[in-house]
Amino acid sequence: MTAPRAAPPGPKVAAAALGLLALWPLYRVALGAWRDWVGFLRNVLEGVSLGGVYALIALGYTMVYGVLGLINFAHSDVFMVGAYVGIFTAGFFGITASSQAGSSVAVTVACVAAAMVVCALLGMTLERLAYRPVRNAPKLTPLVTAIGVSMLLQNVAMLVFKSTPRGFPPTLRTASVHLGPVATTNIKLLDLGAAVALMVALTLLVQKTRVGRAMRAISTNLEAARLMGVPTDRVIAVTFGLGSALAGAGGILFGLDQPRIDPLTGVQPGLKAFVAAVLGGIGNIPGAMLGGLVIGLVEQLSAAYLSSSFAPAIVFAILVVVLLVRPQGLLGRVTREKV
Amino acid sequence: MRTPRWLLAVGVLAALAGSCKSKRQGITVGLYASMTGSTADFGISTRRGVELALEDLNAHGGLLGQRVRLVAEDTRGDASEATSAVTRLIDQEGAIGILGEVASGLSLSGGRVCQRRHIPMVSPSSTNPAVTQVGDHIFRVCFIDPFQGLVMANFASRTLRFTRVAILKDQGAPYSVGLAEAFRQSFTANGGSIVDEQAYRAGDTHFSAQLNAIMAHNPEAIFVPGYYTEVALIAREARGAGFQGRFLGGDGWSGPSLTTNDDDKLVGDYFSEGFAVDAATTPVARDFVRRYRERYHSDPSGLAALGYDAALVLFDGIRRAGTTDHAALRNALATTRNFVGATGSITLNEHRDAVKAAVILQVQANGFQYHSTVNP
Repeated sequence: MTAPRAAPPGPKVAAAALGLLALWPLYRVALGAWRDWVGFLRNVLEGVSLGGVYALIALGYTMVYGVLGLINFAHSDVFMVGAYVGIFTAGFFGITASSQAGSSVAVTVACVAAAMVVCALLGMTLERLAYRPVRNAPKLTPLVTAIGVSMLLQNVAMLVFKSTPRGFPPTLRTASVHLGPVATTNIKLLDLGAAVALMVALTLLVQKTRVGRAMRAISTNLEAARLMGVPTDRVIAVTFGLGSALAGAGGILFGLDQPRIDPLTGVQPGLKAFVAAVLGGIGNIPGAMLGGLVIGLVEQLSAAYLSSSFAPAIVFAILVVVLLVRPQGLLGRVTREKV
Repeated sequence: MRTPRWLLAVGVLAALAGSCKSKRQGITVGLYASMTGSTADFGISTRRGVELALEDLNAHGGLLGQRVRLVAEDTRGDASEATSAVTRLIDQEGAIGILGEVASGLSLSGGRVCQRRHIPMVSPSSTNPAVTQVGDHIFRVCFIDPFQGLVMANFASRTLRFTRVAILKDQGAPYSVGLAEAFRQSFTANGGSIVDEQAYRAGDTHFSAQLNAIMAHNPEAIFVPGYYTEVALIAREARGAGFQGRFLGGDGWSGPSLTTNDDDKLVGDYFSEGFAVDAATTPVARDFVRRYRERYHSDPSGLAALGYDAALVLFDGIRRAGTTDHAALRNALATTRNFVGATGSITLNEHRDAVKAAVILQVQANGFQYHSTVNP
């Protein structure tokens, strides 16, 4: 290392050093792609499909942060509840984990719908019972409340659903799909497609509807919005509901592809989605989508071409590097802290 | 209002504390194992084996003229739960001997508590060498991973005639890391090559990156020394991606859940174990299998048999010590020689490990089929 010794290295120098280190992984990935480009494309597709699910969860984190400045740690557990709702809904239609793989689009849609509704209600209930009473307390209080709610949901799930993993019912038959030379499955493409569709719907809702405008108003200034006649309590509840519904849908998409669900299922994807939201610029909706895709891709490519042992460490290293260079995240705006 | 409420709380706590102390009678033995969670099969099987041994013992008068009471604690497959479970068993329940865990990483956690409290612990099926190195109060009734790795490596290179094998290990589990290393050493010593080594973490559900990398090397087999939940997911994903080779593994595969659920992803693949129903030829083993079937209406797994044997070895130690004194019990256990259990003759060596044969099982659509026995 030939870093200058005289002055203490500022964040810029550290970022430059880390940036140079980042060339090595890029070289490895490029080498891998050069050797086997079909395998590379397959990894990219897997990464993007995984990233779509992360993005769906990340949206919930970012929306709630946008309106309240609160990191809702219980969000990843709402995702887990969504997956369980899917299991029970499919069970109601007679499809269990040990059933032969069927191909019932109607049941799959019913699972997604049920998960979204139940999770939306759960999200709104949590907001009403746990977060609204501490909304005006010092910032640390809602944060600790969120951690508590997360643990509560996990432990209640362990009591109610038992902690032995359950298979996710095969409501859709997995089929191989060939996109040119790249083999993938219909489920992965469906995951990606559904994630994109939900994200487009959310963007339209936030940009084009009255409730969306109210959300943006609250995110700019809660007090001012209320003085202008925005029903803040209701809009905040809707925000929680929407974010949780997306997490519920994410739970089903996750379950279709990775059919094993337990009460701690949400923890890992939730953590990565949180990283995605911060990476993209927390509070920023397109940022959460971009962050999700980046995290999914980085995770997949680093596991495939660098080291499967260090893939999670690499994901977090990237977060650190990006935040050193752009503390506001990839698409975040610099906001001056209001005092 | 305020004063009566906290007085009530104190009263309830006092009542709870009182009730905990009051039910100590006879000899208490503790079991900690994962009865729920992603390794639930381990704890459930082990507990069944232990209870079978215990019922038989109490039906024949218990130990030292007293009934033996078993307290079972669930670790949920979590290392910190294991620590608190063992602490509870010793400090609150007054256990004089501890049975458990199955997963080596959890036995390492629980073992440290036993060692510090000088309470002997007998692990039924933790195979990592480090487990009994925790201290002189930790014993086991199963073989250790260097032997298990050797058995599977010899099987791969001599019986299956494989020369190119990849490894996919759980890097968070000492069991998996140790067994992978043992396999690698023995397999390369046999002239084979490990074409790739990849890692995952318990709880992962997504293995395509590792499998894509492994399959690019086109191995004849993938050695997956993991626990059954992840092994089933890995096999499913690999078969979906078109992997045609064999899967090989260790005793972490031993759970009924490996083969329930969907398809034939692992049919024809092999793993090593400490016990097989089809190979139960000794009278003790046959008697165990018969009683297990009567009691639970299913065949005992290797973990159930080892749970049974761990309990028998502990009971035998208490009987030979003639007292519940920790030091006497520890010394009695350390001199366990040629004890005949369901899984064979158990002699604990100077490292407090049993030296025993391994069996190789082949996965079938409806269970496991005995293939062969390998003696040490």
